[in-house]
Amino acid sequence: MSNYTMHILICGGTGCISAESDIIADEFTKELARVGMTEEVQVLKTGCFGFCEKGPIVKVLPDSTFYVEVTPDDVEELVNEHVVKGRVVDRLLFIDPSSKETIEDSKHMDFYKKQQRVALRNCGFVDPHNIDEYIARDGYQALGQSILEMSQLEVIELMEDANLRGRGGGGFPAGLKWRFTYNNESDQKYVICNADEGDPGAFMDRSILEGDPHSVVEAMAICGYAIGADKGLVYIRAEYPLAIERLQLAIDSAREYGLLGDDIMGSGFNFDIEVKFGAGAFVCGEETALIHSMEGQRGEPTTKPPFPAESGFWGKPTCVNNVETLANVPVILLKGADWFKTIGTEKSPGTKVFALAGKINNVGLIEVPMGTTLREVIYDIGGGIKDGKEFKAVQTGGPSGGCLTAKDLDTPIDFDNLLEKGSMMGSGGMIVMDEDDCMPAVARFYLEFTQEESCGKCTPCRIGTTRLFELLDKITQGKGTMEDLELMKELSHVITDTSLCGLGQTASNPVLSTLDIFWDEYVAHVTDKKCPAGQCTALLEYKITDACTGCTLCTRVCPTDAIDGKLKELHVIDQEKCIKCGACMDRCKFKAIIRE
Amino acid sequence: MAKIKSLDELKALRDSVQNTVDVREHGDNVEDMIIVRVAMATCGIAAGAREIMNFMAHELRDQGIDNVMITQVGCMGLCYAEPTVEVTLKGEEPVVYGNVTEEKALEIIEKHIKNGTMVDGIIPSTHKSLDE
Ligand SMILES: Cc1cc2nc3c(=O)[nH]c(=O)nc-3n(C[C@H](O)[C@H](O)[C@H](O)COP(=O)(O)O)c2cc1C
Ligand code: SF4
Ligand code: SF4
Repeated sequence: MSNYTMHILICGGTGCISAESDIIADEFTKELARVGMTEEVQVLKTGCFGFCEKGPIVKVLPDSTFYVEVTPDDVEELVNEHVVKGRVVDRLLFIDPSSKETIEDSKHMDFYKKQQRVALRNCGFVDPHNIDEYIARDGYQALGQSILEMSQLEVIELMEDANLRGRGGGGFPAGLKWRFTYNNESDQKYVICNADEGDPGAFMDRSILEGDPHSVVEAMAICGYAIGADKGLVYIRAEYPLAIERLQLAIDSAREYGLLGDDIMGSGFNFDIEVKFGAGAFVCGEETALIHSMEGQRGEPTTKPPFPAESGFWGKPTCVNNVETLANVPVILLKGADWFKTIGTEKSPGTKVFALAGKINNVGLIEVPMGTTLREVIYDIGGGIKDGKEFKAVQTGGPSGGCLTAKDLDTPIDFDNLLEKGSMMGSGGMIVMDEDDCMPAVARFYLEFTQEESCGKCTPCRIGTTRLFELLDKITQGKGTMEDLELMKELSHVITDTSLCGLGQTASNPVLSTLDIFWDEYVAHVTDKKCPAGQCTALLEYKITDACTGCTLCTRVCPTDAIDGKLKELHVIDQEKCIKCGACMDRCKFKAIIRE
Repeated sequence: MAKIKSLDELKALRDSVQNTVDVREHGDNVEDMIIVRVAMATCGIAAGAREIMNFMAHELRDQGIDNVMITQVGCMGLCYAEPTVEVTLKGEEPVVYGNVTEEKALEIIEKHIKNGTMVDGIIPSTHKSLDE
């Protein structure tokens, strides 16, 4: 029996590990041994706390003291002061950016106040390496109850009642998908967990697998029981080594405990899980492409129907669910559909995990009830826009989504509202943009991505996205015409209507959405040859004003000798030679060089 | 590890490992907890504070009392009276006991923690809270 009265939790997510959280943990162990407190204080590495902006995070429980940006050098002081003397080390506390007050514990941080953790319930709370901790948190109870006390249909009905919608982006009700797969009779069925997570900037699924892998393992077994499958597969990208390691360990320990394998808990139900690796192509996240890739074929989508529920892995009925969708399943079974429906909105019950990124103060991983407004996410949780700049837009749904702007700040976020606003939920990436972001350049960025990731199977997607990218490139170079803008709209609709899979069907969304909302900005690029956000280098001009004293400093830093002028006379920049590096502007002591 | 063969076995395992995360769960509702602080500086440890803390933790667990959070603090400046144990009932001023033995600890649990009545051995507080 443990005598630990104090727990030191260190974030062991990928972000914080790269910031030395492993070394911090080792330092703690060493320092605690030095002061003879190893029996009282437990040190553990957990999953992501979400507050990645200020990582590595160290949280001390039970008092919930929340230390940010901790380095290995800070550990000695933390042990001497906090552990031994019970005194909080103020210097490492979080300072609220708006009130400028230091905040001692996580419960008083705005970042956490509006969050509700369901899918992430154990992330940053349990040691993901230790199955006992998951069991202590009622882990595998839902599996036990399902296979021993409920019929397959009872499990499916409960899931239908809860109306958990697919968190992989589509929002299709999981219960319904389970029922379809159940209805398709076969000697062999499969459960697949989609952990491909290819959206640029997204790391929700990775964090769940790193912080609470057992919730996904348990959910897959429950799904297997409900649909009549004895085999589960996780498709995970090979560039997630930490998630793979912890998931594999979770599967191994579940097997050792008899929670996977034959005759689980004496129920007669058999289930086991195998991990398969993807090479990291975005299109392989699409379920049919994913299945082909797992079968050893090219990762290309095929038409639906037949849906995987009918003919999936090796032609057998297969239920494909996303990591976050699955992470919700065990709690729903334990607490019931009615409980789940008290969270979120009527049509989108529950919560959603988002990866907040871009020009926002608190970059990180958050989980909020569906129906939370964008304003709450950006200003209350996200701490507002970086450097006090003006909020311009937020891109949701990654390369398949669109933009929301200031007028949408009070829209409750759920599947249907986002679609109505011309964006989509997607898997949960949220990229915040400020006044300095150029929207045609943003669209160009996404099209460059989709154009590269298109598998090339169908012409409209393969060639269409390339042409769209070229048009956007032309516009950001200041070489576009008004006809190009019309052409982009037309081309976008053709690509949407005629592509085979979701990648092509949604690839134009960032273009259509920005054209619609930021038309004037496109026009400025095309007719005035100006980039209002000052981002498109090709459209910028460096000029020297009358403030020039003729000191000649700038002529010496200009790499292309574009600046000419005599000592103590006004200098001029030759626009033909200027490569817009901005070196002269940084150098001028008299602020005589301007960019417009 | 023997395989878990029934739901009851799983529940039994959960109950036996429950305490691994108790401390962390307590952190979620400290406001509602009775807080017991044991002074664990060198002087306290030398006087047997660690044994007292472990004794109290085991006792509370064995009795199924789960609204108490035990933590250690540094030197309370009462070295002459170690081991010292501070008990704070919800919404009340902290009370410090000195020279706590296992017997005294038991009494504190029975009377103070369970029934809210103080027992002998209180060190009169000279300053408001020992935190400060
Ligand atoms: C191009 C493309 C990429 C996708 N990538 C992912 C992904 O990375 N992860 C994921 O769970 N679903 C992805 N999906 C959605 C899957 O096809 C599928 O709908 C989902 O895994 C079903 O799980 P859910 O119902 O639990 O969301 C992608 C779809 C498309 C068209
Ligand atoms: S739409 Fe694009 S990604 Fe999808 S199958 Fe066609 S070419 Fe491949
Ligand atoms: S550095 Fe500034 S002041 Fe000096 S010559 Fe260049 S523009 Fe004029």
